[in-house]
Amino acid sequence: MQKYLKLLRVFFSIILLAGMSFLFLDFTSSTGTAWYRRLTYLSFVPSLDLFIQSLIHGLALTAWGWLAVLILTLLFGRIYCSFLCPLGVLQDIISFLSRKSTLRKRPFRYKYSKPLNWVRYPILIITLVSLAVTGTLLVNLLDPYSHFGRIMADLFRPVYIYGNNLLAALLEKAGSYLLYPVDIIAGNPLTLIVPVIVLILLLSLATTQGRMYCNSVCPVGTTLGLISGIALFRPTIDKTACTKCGQCVQKCKAQCINIKAQKIDNTRCVGCFNCVRICDTGALRYRLTLPGKSDAQNIESDPEDMETVSKVAASGLGPMAESILKEEPEAPRTQDTDRSKRRFIAESVTALVALSGLEAWADEDGDEENKASREDAAMKKLKAERRVPVCPPGSLSLRHFTYTCTACHLCVSACPTGVLRPTFLEYGLIGIGQPRMDYNTSFCNQNCTRCGEVCPTGAILPLTAEQKTTVQIGRVNFIAANCTVTKQETACGSCAEHCPTKAVRMVPYKGFLTIPSTDTSLCLGCGACQFACPVPEKNAIFVLSNREHLTAVPPEEEVIEYEEQTEFPF
Amino acid sequence: MNRRTFISKSAGAGLLAATGLSWLTEGTAAGAEEDSRTPYDLVAVMGGEPGAMYARGIEGLGGMEAFVKPGQTVVVKPNIGWDRTPEMGANTNPELVASIVADCLRAGASEVFVFDHSCDNWVKSYASSGIEAAAKEAGATVVSAASQTSYRQVTFPGKVMTSALVHEKVIDCDVFIDVPVIKHHDGAQVSLAMKNLMGIVWDRGFLHRNDLQQCIADIVTYRKPDLTVIDGYRVMQKNGPKGVTRADAALKKTLILSRDIVAADAAAAKIFGVEPADIPHIRIAAEMGLGKIELDKLNIQRINLKA
Repeated sequence: MQKYLKLLRVFFSIILLAGMSFLFLDFTSSTGTAWYRRLTYLSFVPSLDLFIQSLIHGLALTAWGWLAVLILTLLFGRIYCSFLCPLGVLQDIISFLSRKSTLRKRPFRYKYSKPLNWVRYPILIITLVSLAVTGTLLVNLLDPYSHFGRIMADLFRPVYIYGNNLLAALLEKAGSYLLYPVDIIAGNPLTLIVPVIVLILLLSLATTQGRMYCNSVCPVGTTLGLISGIALFRPTIDKTACTKCGQCVQKCKAQCINIKAQKIDNTRCVGCFNCVRICDTGALRYRLTLPGKSDAQNIESDPEDMETVSKVAASGLGPMAESILKEEPEAPRTQDTDRSKRRFIAESVTALVALSGLEAWADEDGDEENKASREDAAMKKLKAERRVPVCPPGSLSLRHFTYTCTACHLCVSACPTGVLRPTFLEYGLIGIGQPRMDYNTSFCNQNCTRCGEVCPTGAILPLTAEQKTTVQIGRVNFIAANCTVTKQETACGSCAEHCPTKAVRMVPYKGFLTIPSTDTSLCLGCGACQFACPVPEKNAIFVLSNREHLTAVPPEEEVIEYEEQTEFPF
Repeated sequence: MNRRTFISKSAGAGLLAATGLSWLTEGTAAGAEEDSRTPYDLVAVMGGEPGAMYARGIEGLGGMEAFVKPGQTVVVKPNIGWDRTPEMGANTNPELVASIVADCLRAGASEVFVFDHSCDNWVKSYASSGIEAAAKEAGATVVSAASQTSYRQVTFPGKVMTSALVHEKVIDCDVFIDVPVIKHHDGAQVSLAMKNLMGIVWDRGFLHRNDLQQCIADIVTYRKPDLTVIDGYRVMQKNGPKGVTRADAALKKTLILSRDIVAADAAAAKIFGVEPADIPHIRIAAEMGLGKIELDKLNIQRINLKA
């Protein structure tokens, strides 16, 4: 019976990995958003993030996945890492393939290694502290689910689309239009830095040291390790039956079996059951181990240690939660968000990261003493303003978004228009990798609410189609001097044509020519005008970000009675 | 049509283009012999449902048999520009598209392709417009126009625009049918059959930054549609071409059919409520000799299904 535990794990994890990979690779936007919710429900960090956001924003508490994971770990050990974590399973596949690889001259065997406590505990504590100060920054860079998402969405998805295009071309030659070609969006290559580094790190660690990443870097692994040390069920060694043959050690990718001492470090055991499968003597078995009766195995797990960490967690999350709560009151319908802007900037500056000087968009009030001509200053201000990224509808404000998003890029994959694109440092270091609305690439579809429906963290809160029709994430800015109509005196109207609310409309100019005129109160900030503008520099009409999302005026239904056509007008 | 016949065909087209006669290359081949049998230059129908109006209207031009010969491939190019439902009038009426597709197949077409280079997300536009479902149901092959790989470079004797990436299905098909909807348009003033041809071009921005009105007429010099059927069932009178609310559309229940795209646009402009000569691209196209703008010089069949 015990021998089947590994089989169960392999079966379960492959299904999960296939499902999750599909969500991140798929470009058809045809998968129901309920599937996104189901498959990400048990992802620890996103689930915890969403739970906290639901508390803060008074939403129905539906995100219990994190608690389920904690309970599962308390019962069965860190099976999360082998059954549910896509990055863990990805590492297993890397090491599996590398073991089967013909490049290896000798068969690969794991060896016991000592826990890297000086790495894993500081990382966990720094992550929790930083959560309070900088929002999700370190979580962005450490959460395994988000790493997996970025690797899939940023690195493998273009390859997947390329493959689809090849297949579509072949099918078309055979007269079938079952598949359709899709253009691969060439984004900013800098956005690939983080996923590439992580993938290289995983490739090197997984091929030589198994789950070293999970047991030294991953804060989720470390957190669950604190509990798994006292789990009800854990692999244990019956010292009388064990012959110290060492087969289990060679199969242990967590490198946590000390065969000399006949001990298993359960804080590092990822619950893969490879050892149970290989042990012929029956000494190594997955057994119920009651806390009181714990044999001297649990050397690494100190219950006090766990308490300290959870205290840090509680105190750390407090201020962040409070500060967002304070910001929450309905933003009045006004463009003047200076106060919150200033507060936000001040807070960013106090945050360690701001010292790095990378918050490109935080300095927009910077050069007020500039004595240059007023126009110049206004232009400069506008340019600085343009650098502020626009965050998607449902994300409430730049602050809410940057503090909550773990940059998993699930929305990037799910977005049917491709307007959501990963950033590098456009949100500052604090928001590295978080997606923004890229209106030079595409624009937000008025009737689409997918990003909020799929976001597992609550960074983009779900909106109904009705609610979305009045959410203003940015506002249009028109510079007539740069417009084709003014410069060439020829007709265009591309911006007004694409505008879903007629916040941009054409008004008489010269002769039959018309020129854009804007009404920001109607504007949703969807970026259709900027995308459609044929001016290559994109400096004639563009969207400026609303740091706090506002409410647009709903379009009026102006009913005109049209006479019924009774005779032809020619 | 395969690649080789395409090359020989476009080489021939190139020669004719040099003599300024390129628009004669297509369409006339199928239509010329029928012209004598069908006296009408243009058929205008009103007062019925889209399918019924089409069925009556096409008779006046000699039936679909006059355009489609057995075994030929057809492109039916509706306006599927927007993620809007049919009652907004932002896209061609799905029932009309389906009727035309079915009629082509009945006349013996080997395959009927339907597509548009949508402005909104194409998957959503194809679905919301109801055209994808209706056309497929009628037997059409609905294809994507959202990837540059579906386009090939062609040259034509336009005044400003002389080359473009054009959708391969238009380049390769035997019969090309343009099926636009009458709409107010913020850029072109009114969007009709010639404007609808922007949806066979990859880089729409080029037209917008290089004298839109002239470029709209220029595309017609690449390939004049063999048949133009203009949907005037719901006419978006303001806030076009996308529309904001249902109130933007007027139920006019009209339909225009013609071999002459310029004449069809002139008639449709009148239904919209403007003088054809006031619409620069219609005037320019007429001046370029692409068709007739003077409706009083045409032999028009007027059918009122209500009367």
